[in-house]
Amino acid sequence: MPPDDCLARNEWICGAYLRTRRHILLDAVAQHLQLTAASVLIALVIAVPLALLARRWAGIAGPVLAVTTILYTVPSLAMFSLLLPLYGLSPTLVVAGLVLYSLTLLVRNILAGLRAVPEETRRAAHGMGYGPIRLLVTVELPLALPAAMAGLRIATVSAISLVTIGAIVGFGGLGNLIYAGMNTYFKAQVLTASVLCVLIAVAADLLLLGVQRLITPWARAARG
Amino acid sequence: MRTLRETWHWLIDPVHWAGDDGIGHRLAQHVLLTLGCLIISCVIALPVALVLGHLGSGGALAVNLSNAGRAVPTFAVLVLLLLTPMGRWGQGPTVAALVLFAVPPLLTNAYVGMRQVDRSVVRAARGMGMTGRQTLLRVELPLSLPMMVNGVRIAAVQLVATATIAALAGGGGLGRIITAGFNLASTPQVVAGALLVAVLALIVEGVFESVERLVPLRAGGSR
Repeated sequence: MPPDDCLARNEWICGAYLRTRRHILLDAVAQHLQLTAASVLIALVIAVPLALLARRWAGIAGPVLAVTTILYTVPSLAMFSLLLPLYGLSPTLVVAGLVLYSLTLLVRNILAGLRAVPEETRRAAHGMGYGPIRLLVTVELPLALPAAMAGLRIATVSAISLVTIGAIVGFGGLGNLIYAGMNTYFKAQVLTASVLCVLIAVAADLLLLGVQRLITPWARAARG
Repeated sequence: MRTLRETWHWLIDPVHWAGDDGIGHRLAQHVLLTLGCLIISCVIALPVALVLGHLGSGGALAVNLSNAGRAVPTFAVLVLLLLTPMGRWGQGPTVAALVLFAVPPLLTNAYVGMRQVDRSVVRAARGMGMTGRQTLLRVELPLSLPMMVNGVRIAAVQLVATATIAALAGGGGLGRIITAGFNLASTPQVVAGALLVAVLALIVEGVFESVERLVPLRAGGSR
């Protein structure tokens, strides 16, 4: 006699699925987190110097923003596919695609944050004898932090959602489970993986919000 | 370099342009799907945003909806809809998913545009004896038009992208050329499909870029 449980009945919510496929789910979540973290961190490392260059030389700002905007317009599935000849079916392909998306959001927000530093503040620091590097590190960058963190939060949440498209090359974290679940009509797997995706995105957003509160204590003092 | 040449050959081969799986048909499907869903989404979102913006309520909903939309993976929604009974209605799940993802940017931008209209202008309109409806249609609507068009542009670009992903879940459109290329392990076909999608997205963005330049002229030349 075949077992009569929620797996056999193919129900949306299924405790037996969670119990029996725990390892598959954990592996998928781990891959999801690794792909997201790698791409957002690499994007951050590229975006900060780019934003600083664009801030320093106005001539660069236009082209940098134009190129990143064009990259952002390219749909994700097409982006991953265009990178196929360069990286083949590899996790690097997914990371490279996500880096290109995160770059737009990060460069824009960091640049906006740097531009929003009041001119008087900059002059006051000058008057106190701050050199250009000290001005940048101790005055401009901290003041640009709230805008930069807002960009980082959006980039991270978007990346977590876009990782799922990586399933087309077999490296999509939870997206792999959704893709496989679609082909086998496995409702519990699709719903569980989707919900986990959203939970990871919300958790990452809250975590970054917490970090932002911690590293910009003055913003809280001013509000309260 | 070799991939580029092969991609080019794939693209100019007339065999790949004809038939139900051809570029012509897939392109038409993609444009139709995008346009149809854009119209449906506008009909749903814009009146709601205009009324909410006019009344000045529901702002938190309009803004948070946009943020929530970003956290939910498009692909997951497509597959979830496909597995519901709706999955049997052909393009039903694709259309539903596309509309779901196009509504938040439309709603948020139109709402913010309405709220950004100078309050003193609205008060002046009221002082001149305009009714609520007249204020909405003759004052707030024209002044918030640039923001609204920006929302339509974001939604349109989003729709082109989502329609591409729909191919992963069995929908039509240019994405099918990419997924078929993956199934055939044909890199030239994958790259050719991706190029077509990217160019279509850039054209849509370009069209709205020019529309946005024209809108302020109609709205009284102020920007």
